[in-house]
Amino acid sequence: MRLIALKFLRDVPAVMGLVIVLFGLFVAVFATELAPHPEAAFQSNLLARFKPPSAEFWFGTDNLGRDIFSRVVLGTRSAFVIALTVVGSAMLIGVPLGLFAGYLGGWRSELIMRVTDVVLAVPQLILALALAQLMKPGLSTAMLALALTYWPFFTRTVYAETRRLRTSLFVEALQGVGASTARIVFLHILPNAASPIIVRATIGMGFTILTAAVLGFLGVGATPPDPDWGLAIAESRKFLPETWWFATFPGLAILIAVLGFNLLGDGLRDLVDPRLRRSR
Amino acid sequence: MLLFLIRRLLLAIPALLGLMVLTFVLVRVVPADPATTLAGETATPQQVQEIRRKYGFDRPLYEQFAIYVGQVASGDLGNSVFSNRPVMDDVRRTLPATLELIVVSLLLAALIGIPLGTLSAVHHNGLLDHVVRVVTVGGLAVASFWFAIMLQLLFSMELEWLPLRGRIGVNIGAPPSVTGFFLVDSLLAGHWDQFVSSLRHIALPAITLAVPALATIARFARVGVLDTMQRDFVQYETAVGYPRHRIVWIYVLRNSVIAAVTQIGLLFGALVSSAVAVEAIFDWPGLGSYAVQAILSSDYKAVLAVTLVVGVIYAVINILVDLVHGLLDPRVAEQL
Amino acid sequence: MSDALLKVSNLAVSIRGDEGTARILDRVDLEIPRGRIVGVVGESGCGKSTLIKAILGVLPTRARIDAGDIVFEGRDLAKLPPDVLAREVRGAAIGFIPQDPFLALNPVFRVGTQMLETMRWHAPPQWKGRHRERLVELLRAVQVPDPERALERYPHEFSGGQRQRLLIAAALSCQPRLLIADEPTTALDVTTQQQVLMLLRNLVAEFDLSMLFVTHDFGVVAQLCDEVSVIYAGQTVEAAPTRRLIDEAAHPYARLLLACHPDRATDLGGIPGSVPSPFAPPQGCRFHPRCPIAVADCAIARPIIEQTSERHDVACPRYRLPLPQGVTP
Repeated sequence: MRLIALKFLRDVPAVMGLVIVLFGLFVAVFATELAPHPEAAFQSNLLARFKPPSAEFWFGTDNLGRDIFSRVVLGTRSAFVIALTVVGSAMLIGVPLGLFAGYLGGWRSELIMRVTDVVLAVPQLILALALAQLMKPGLSTAMLALALTYWPFFTRTVYAETRRLRTSLFVEALQGVGASTARIVFLHILPNAASPIIVRATIGMGFTILTAAVLGFLGVGATPPDPDWGLAIAESRKFLPETWWFATFPGLAILIAVLGFNLLGDGLRDLVDPRLRRSR
Repeated sequence: MLLFLIRRLLLAIPALLGLMVLTFVLVRVVPADPATTLAGETATPQQVQEIRRKYGFDRPLYEQFAIYVGQVASGDLGNSVFSNRPVMDDVRRTLPATLELIVVSLLLAALIGIPLGTLSAVHHNGLLDHVVRVVTVGGLAVASFWFAIMLQLLFSMELEWLPLRGRIGVNIGAPPSVTGFFLVDSLLAGHWDQFVSSLRHIALPAITLAVPALATIARFARVGVLDTMQRDFVQYETAVGYPRHRIVWIYVLRNSVIAAVTQIGLLFGALVSSAVAVEAIFDWPGLGSYAVQAILSSDYKAVLAVTLVVGVIYAVINILVDLVHGLLDPRVAEQL
Repeated sequence: MSDALLKVSNLAVSIRGDEGTARILDRVDLEIPRGRIVGVVGESGCGKSTLIKAILGVLPTRARIDAGDIVFEGRDLAKLPPDVLAREVRGAAIGFIPQDPFLALNPVFRVGTQMLETMRWHAPPQWKGRHRERLVELLRAVQVPDPERALERYPHEFSGGQRQRLLIAAALSCQPRLLIADEPTTALDVTTQQQVLMLLRNLVAEFDLSMLFVTHDFGVVAQLCDEVSVIYAGQTVEAAPTRRLIDEAAHPYARLLLACHPDRATDLGGIPGSVPSPFAPPQGCRFHPRCPIAVADCAIARPIIEQTSERHDVACPRYRLPLPQGVTP
């Protein structure tokens, strides 16, 4: 265990990713304490509209005079909550499906994998958009749509692992002593498949932040006055190029957050199995 | 090869059928009652019932699905709730623009990404390698729509080197349509000004879309080359005196590019996703813009049609990728 | 022997690894006279492959030649810059036959393309424009059926034995003066092995070549080689004409090795102990921990090379002593 930790620490980009993610987590949790102008989440200040970055407003102010730095900080919480919820839900759906598909085989497995193929037949964003606009517009709809379109990635990964493990000796032994399917699958196979799941989840976090931002940008996700990063960029468009800071900083926040998760995910993947480098 | 094509096509059908079920289900099982949505908020119950009858919402579900499949197969994707014109027309009109954009982006990404990844691998752990690795990870973390806006800020607004939006200069006009690709059509017609204008307009959108694709291609090329360099035949080729540059750029490359090529299928999907927002930003008259418009006006038929079309294209691309894979690696072709 | 085609003297090669520096070759001497086949025998891990790589100049990046020289046709290959080696030596002057015919060829290119590539850069100028012709002739000489069409095929379409023949033809294609063969028959079955060995012997005679043949099998050496050199753990321990070595081996390791050969051994034992790790090699004579006639001095300094008779060198001062009874398995 210590060996693994040491090996991880030698991978500089991965450590950087970890630092960024932990920092982001910290900001997300303590957002309201860290934001210099926490009222920027909902209160406008029309006297301070469109101020460029300064000592008082580090990232400048937006069209309603709100401190952009504070909104970016508050948006961190929003981004992390969305990402965690979506990825968590996708895992809750996708992992058990993958476990059962991989373990049971037969028509049930075929059915599950066919459904997985169908959902994966269309790029995630498109499908999420299709789903989202059929329901009431809003953040929860967007999150539901994202979760419902991301679970297949977990299923695929877990399916491959489970199939691999199904034929191993220890599973045969467990079957021999009459352990139940659920027991074998959840208590024994799942821990062994945990590493790829964690890698996929980490990368999924980054991917979800990105996709949620696009949904916010398109107006299918967060709604005003949420301090959502994507939404902020959408709002900023009308006021370019003079108020360049309005669009720039939320985007940079997205970049850093996703970068952090990607670096961390890559580092974890290299730990788990260097050969896994090839997958997304 | 022909057998392979047939087999692959047959494999794709269940997925597409499933996709149609999915899109069909989305229309029905979702909370909003399509008849009420269509009728609008001020409709009376009679009007809603009328619509229900007219669109066949009162028939049994499986019957509705059968009708749906028949319609799709004959190219009828319904009429846009918004414009009341056939959605298929809109799709036919906007699809070439999106395809042109994606093709140009992929070409750009491949032409830069593959050499970059290869150089990175050849100078393993050197300065170039580290820079490329950082850039590629960053490239995947960038929000396309944000990057598009940044590019616009710099190149269109600040420097005024490139146009802000659109597909071709308004006063120059589109070339006579042959392929639907402005770049190709303008050359075919010999209209140099149209070609230049198209090129200038496609530059920023293509660069925006190319960024994540380039990052992915470069990463895969790098890994592919690194892995291939370890293989015995590279040792052998060195020992019998092949020049180094030929080993890397011809003999190693073909082996390592195979992995990158098979990624293009996935990349295509990612690019279509990115294209949605990017087209909206650059006013690029493609499928993505159309989808955004449809979303904003709650034109659910159009959105579902776009979903289906994208699914079909995705399947076609994957088949093509498998074909190319077979061409590049003779061992794969034998297995088919 | 100043007329030798290749003379390796006192070669030392080390590789830097994560666990430290491994001194793979410590003192290797080798001489290949013109027109002769010289075998280099040793167990796995003794450094035979490293020796070949050092001669060809294809050592991995973390490896270094610490000492010694490799004189080929009057030039010290160890001191030549890599581009000169690539241009003038490899392929052109020295041909190489690899160990594993299944992995040596590039799977996605036709064999003809690959073989022509070497010729394109290294074939003698008088054959310009006739490379393909020449290649077909060579394929006929190595007994590859239907040579014209063979060139258009991919490597996976050939069997192991056929691939080895292709590789032999490739090695000969640019008229080298020296052939280096890295255990080329190890991956083949016994019958094919015999055919390839016979082929090699005939080709060497026909084209008036010299050959360096690396192997772990004494039986092969007996059949093919004129002279033989024995290596243990990166040190040359004995060198002599083949017949003389087999009949009158001097070095304890060589003697034990011969006694172990399936044709001679009376039971299944091997030499007690195992080959030392190159990261922590024994001091002095590297064989001393396993040697039945070693004394304290053997652990201190490398033994001086003695000449038992003409062209027979031994790296052991105590070679005249008989091995104790019961030690030989």
